[in-house]
Amino acid sequence: MPYTADTPVPPPTAEELRARVPGWGADLDHADRPAWPKERFAPGVSGAHWEYPDEQQPREGRERSIEHLQLPPVFGTAQPLHGVSGAIRRFAYDRFSEGRAAHWLLLVAGDRVESTGAHLRSLLTLRPDNPVTETGVLSELHRHPIASRRGRVDVRHQLLDPVLVAGPWVLAGGVVWMLGRRLLRR
Amino acid sequence: MTYRGPYKVRVEEKDKPRIEHPNDAVIRVTLAAICGSDLHLYHGMMPDTRIGHTFGHEFIGIVDEIGSSVEGLKVGDRVMVPFNIYCGSCWFCARGLYSNCHNVNPNATAIGGIYGYSHSTGGYDGGQAEFVRVPFADVGPMVIPEWLSDEDALLLTDAFSTGYFGAQLGDIVEGDTVVVLGAGPVGLAAARSASLMGAGRVISIDQLDYRLEKAASFAYAETRNYTHYDDIVVEMKKTTGGLGADVVIDAVGAEADGNLVQHVTSAKLKLQGGSPVALNWAIDGVRKGGTISVMGAYGPLFSAVKFGDAMNKGLTLRMNQAPVKRQWPRLLEHIRAGYLKPSDMITHRVPLEHIAEGYHMFSSKLDGCIKTVVVPGS
Ligand SMILES: NC(=O)c1ccc[n+]([C@@H]2O[C@H](COP(=O)([O-])OP(=O)(O)OC[C@H]3O[C@@H](n4cnc5c(N)ncnc54)[C@H](O)[C@@H]3O)[C@@H](O)[C@H]2O)c1
Ligand SMILES: [Zn+2]
Ligand SMILES: [Zn+2]
Repeated sequence: MPYTADTPVPPPTAEELRARVPGWGADLDHADRPAWPKERFAPGVSGAHWEYPDEQQPREGRERSIEHLQLPPVFGTAQPLHGVSGAIRRFAYDRFSEGRAAHWLLLVAGDRVESTGAHLRSLLTLRPDNPVTETGVLSELHRHPIASRRGRVDVRHQLLDPVLVAGPWVLAGGVVWMLGRRLLRR
Repeated sequence: MTYRGPYKVRVEEKDKPRIEHPNDAVIRVTLAAICGSDLHLYHGMMPDTRIGHTFGHEFIGIVDEIGSSVEGLKVGDRVMVPFNIYCGSCWFCARGLYSNCHNVNPNATAIGGIYGYSHSTGGYDGGQAEFVRVPFADVGPMVIPEWLSDEDALLLTDAFSTGYFGAQLGDIVEGDTVVVLGAGPVGLAAARSASLMGAGRVISIDQLDYRLEKAASFAYAETRNYTHYDDIVVEMKKTTGGLGADVVIDAVGAEADGNLVQHVTSAKLKLQGGSPVALNWAIDGVRKGGTISVMGAYGPLFSAVKFGDAMNKGLTLRMNQAPVKRQWPRLLEHIRAGYLKPSDMITHRVPLEHIAEGYHMFSSKLDGCIKTVVVPGS
């Protein structure tokens, strides 16, 4: 026990381990470990043949963290900012550093605004969001839903998942219905 | 595939990605995988995940198009692509910190570039698709050696390399007792790798018996199902004669279970950057002076971590997104020597058209699911 200097539960011997586990100890020597040391100055081994990369174009309007002193040379161009969620996100980027909770909370708010808008807009298209196919719940049918969950504790809060997905819609529907009734009664 | 809001994804026709930079390549994806990290996006936990975003940072494929400055690849090459997007030449890349590149992610300085992982990692569409844009084609991708199977190569693009990296951050010395929290793909790989580095005992902890069985067969680990113990930290102490483990690896991350309040406030209500249950178990279960390696991913918001215990115990905490490509040469040697078979953890293969069901199955851990491979165009 740790109340004396000896290690309380001595490990099996190297011979035993080598016999039981293929490759046991192959990387015993730290020099054989590719991520050791974690930081290792070695410019030129990466395959880069530039000191500073060419700058991707066009660069105008791309949002960036104010902790960046310039727009990095390369960036993703998927899903550019748009609409109300875009304005919220741009404000988060322009105003708050990554060190501020407001930065991230605004980005999360932007996410919720965008997904709500996208769902509503999709109802007006030929391909409205389909909660059955998009949540993949049909996989339950042939993936042993009951046996897979037997005896598991995480099942308790899996019950919350449908509530989280459908809840806001039910709630919003209820509010609209109540408001509607009130307006009609006037 | 595209994201449609929390818990919802669908397959959509999109424009084929273009060369946007002289060192870009466009890759036709032949295999992709769903990762535990994708679940954080899928559950809406990662800030700035935009509608229409294509996920997927684990993929291999065939080079379809190359930019004017690409020297190392040609059209038709069969390549594996690390999940990190990185330039190879910035201050961080020059020091081997490929996962912390400063030249690829305008949206955050704290995070490097990752394929298909929201705008917080740079806003790049990912590889759970037919085609994907791969920046810095001379830096990230590697031609897959003739002898390596597609599925083994796929597992090296993240999960296996990450677990191997995680074990290295544990600074394991001969005879160490290593506890690995989480027996998903990353945890299985970390547990398997701990033995390569000379661990005396490897103990894998999870709540899912079928994954623990895999930990025993794949990683030769002892196992504990934490739901069978009143307090898993006490068990970690008992099994080490009161000492605690020399090294604990967190391969769980933001959606950790085991404490309903922590899980619900973070994974469901998004009030925390991530549920720190596993991390707190690591802090309390490791021995004084021991090392914790964090591979589990957490969001950028704060989490209720027990920092006081970590300080009082004199712990070393090490962590990072894995710089994947640094691991490859050595891992390829181990695979070739017959020590490792990463693809043994694959349990499901689904066509891209059925990816929504793949996500649901993996997220709800149905049907013995450990690793799901996505096959485009099948
Ligand atoms: N650092 C990196 O570069 C990197 C790369 C890939 C993945 N990750 C992260 O690693 C983590 C694991 O990824 P994965 O693909 O293996 O995911 P996964 O979801 O398949 O596995 C997580 C496992 O943890 C178990 N678990 C939940 N709560 C637990 C607890 N309190 N104690 C012990 N086990 C618990 C779950 O039952 C599950 O088996 C994720 O957070 C992922 O984002 C990090
Ligand atoms: Zn991953
Ligand atoms: Zn870089």
